Amino acid sequence: MTGVAARLEGKRVCIVAGSGGVGKTTASAAIALGLAASGKRVAVVTIDPAKRLAESLGLDELGNDPRQVDPALFAAHGVRMRGELWAMMLDPKATFDDLIARLSPDARTREDVLGNRIYRQLSNAVAGSQEFTAVAKLYDLHHEGGFDVLVLDTPPSRNALDFLDAPDRLTDFFEGRALKLVLVPTGIAARLMSRGTAIVFAILKRLTGVDLMDDIAVFLRALSGLMDGFEERAQGVKALLADPVTTFLIVTSPEREPVAEAIFFRGKLRDARMAFGGLIVNRVNVADGEVGDPRTVASELHAAGVRDELAAKVAASVAGQRRLAARDAASIERLKAELDEPDPIVVARLDGEVQDVEGLLALREQLM
Amino acid sequence: MTALLDHRLVVVTGKGGVGKSTVAAALGLVAARAGRRTIVAEVARRGDVASAFDRAGARPFQEIELAPGLFHISIDPQDALEEYLRDQLPGGPIVDILARSRVFGLFAAATPGMRELLTVGKLWELAQLERRTPGADAYDLVVVDAPATGHGVAVLSAPRTFAAAAGTGPVARQGRKIDATLSDPRQTAVVAVAKAEELAVTETGELRASLRASMGLQLERVVVNALDADRFSAAEARELEPHVALPAVARALHGHRRALRQRAQVDRLAALCEQEPARLPLHPDGPDLERLADELAPQLDLAAAAP
Repeated sequence: MTGVAARLEGKRVCIVAGSGGVGKTTASAAIALGLAASGKRVAVVTIDPAKRLAESLGLDELGNDPRQVDPALFAAHGVRMRGELWAMMLDPKATFDDLIARLSPDARTREDVLGNRIYRQLSNAVAGSQEFTAVAKLYDLHHEGGFDVLVLDTPPSRNALDFLDAPDRLTDFFEGRALKLVLVPTGIAARLMSRGTAIVFAILKRLTGVDLMDDIAVFLRALSGLMDGFEERAQGVKALLADPVTTFLIVTSPEREPVAEAIFFRGKLRDARMAFGGLIVNRVNVADGEVGDPRTVASELHAAGVRDELAAKVAASVAGQRRLAARDAASIERLKAELDEPDPIVVARLDGEVQDVEGLLALREQLM
Repeated sequence: MTALLDHRLVVVTGKGGVGKSTVAAALGLVAARAGRRTIVAEVARRGDVASAFDRAGARPFQEIELAPGLFHISIDPQDALEEYLRDQLPGGPIVDILARSRVFGLFAAATPGMRELLTVGKLWELAQLERRTPGADAYDLVVVDAPATGHGVAVLSAPRTFAAAAGTGPVARQGRKIDATLSDPRQTAVVAVAKAEELAVTETGELRASLRASMGLQLERVVVNALDADRFSAAEARELEPHVALPAVARALHGHRRALRQRAQVDRLAALCEQEPARLPLHPDGPDLERLADELAPQLDLAAAAP
């Protein structure tokens, strides 16, 4: 099994994708930890860190900028941190505001946009999907952060595709043809359009009771000043996703739905010509080779003097665990075939959840 | 207290990966078996602003019968918007023009809380005895497969938020009407699905608190999904200890420790939510809805359930 360390050789951006509840956040943290221990300056960007994990790393107040994790925490467990581990929790709204502030040509534009009711709603909605802000932050850190490697824990979206689409959708949103017509009123078509737009607003007002006209006018005027910068940024973000220094790791559990999602996402990566760096199958129930077949087990238990009723329960427990292991093995075979990945990284189901340094180190052991 | 299936709306929510949709479907099946004409409504998958005006491809906004008495619908805000306009406006081409207008979609999406309001408005419409949708029959129960925990509360409280922000106008009035249904514990029940894991349990506790704060609603029922088999009593485990050198016994005790950890989480969940959670076992080969419904039904309060 080739570990994650070897697969990330020469990579500077590692995007960890997969459906919700498969252990993406802890895998991202463990990978970043492993890279940092081996001498790299690494930042892990997460969306929603497990509270106790963040606390155990001394990062209970993760901000929108990376903070260094105290190397002494790992030294206490006998691990020498040869590089640096930094962590941050993405605040989508703050990231978006920050982006607007950077792209604004002047203070006036910035205030107009940030204080605008439409913008506030839109940024909440856009930020709510989190995908774009995550890559936008990644882009900044990549260009200005001075890190050797960035590890991004992707948002818990139901459809990882949202993530790949994010830059396009956002450019599309700001570039939308209709929006352009409103912004650049030239010619007859534009005049018709703006009359149509006025009707639209009138109806909206009638229905909602909210008069958005003023807000919209201010919003559009202000926004037009930063359209070019925005478009450029979205292009840059897109280019970074497709850059050879960037790779995607797909994390899944052996359960049916996450497996389907992983297969789907692999196909989308292929279509988008983005790099697939490897598959991590997390929380795998592993068969115990030492346990014999049911008949042997029964006679062993009998010989040891375990009463029959209890022996039957032991046998049932062993059989149940075996069935789970068989299911997981079948899932892994399916993933290998469908993802065209002969050598997935298999992480055995750990006892308990990873929520402290020790758990993270154990996970790193299996991953790297 | 109203029995679970005697509500108009049962909203099923939970953290990603806990099997929320499966439990919602199983609950729908339980209701259908109990003679309720039931629809399971899935709130659109792509919960982001773009989907509100992305018109590519047809969307499933149809009520499809899955099993006798059990229907399914996937609710998309754009479709909900069109339907709403059709209902509110005199009709004709203006609705089509409006609904297809990107500007309209954009600003409908930008209007505070509008998207959630449209979604929840459709849920409410499904739950009406007199359906607004022409020719549609009434349902006895709407089971909502709601977005993950935090968003679930956002969707439920949307009408209230909107009505407060807008103040006047038909939508605000409607918002208040919808809110009256959603915040009425006789009409609306919320069911939380969790796994017996630390994070999922913690989030369920948080959901309960925010539900109470924003809607004044209780968590009607908590369901723990995908539990490992819990086979051994403490005495039996002690009895097995001396034989731990046998690989089979070591395995069994390993499984027992896992079950104990889950038991501790279920207890924590019970304490946090002040109720005994319903328990569903892990199905290694994927859940079979019929079987899940069999397992779920006896654990629900169906006492007053005869139609």
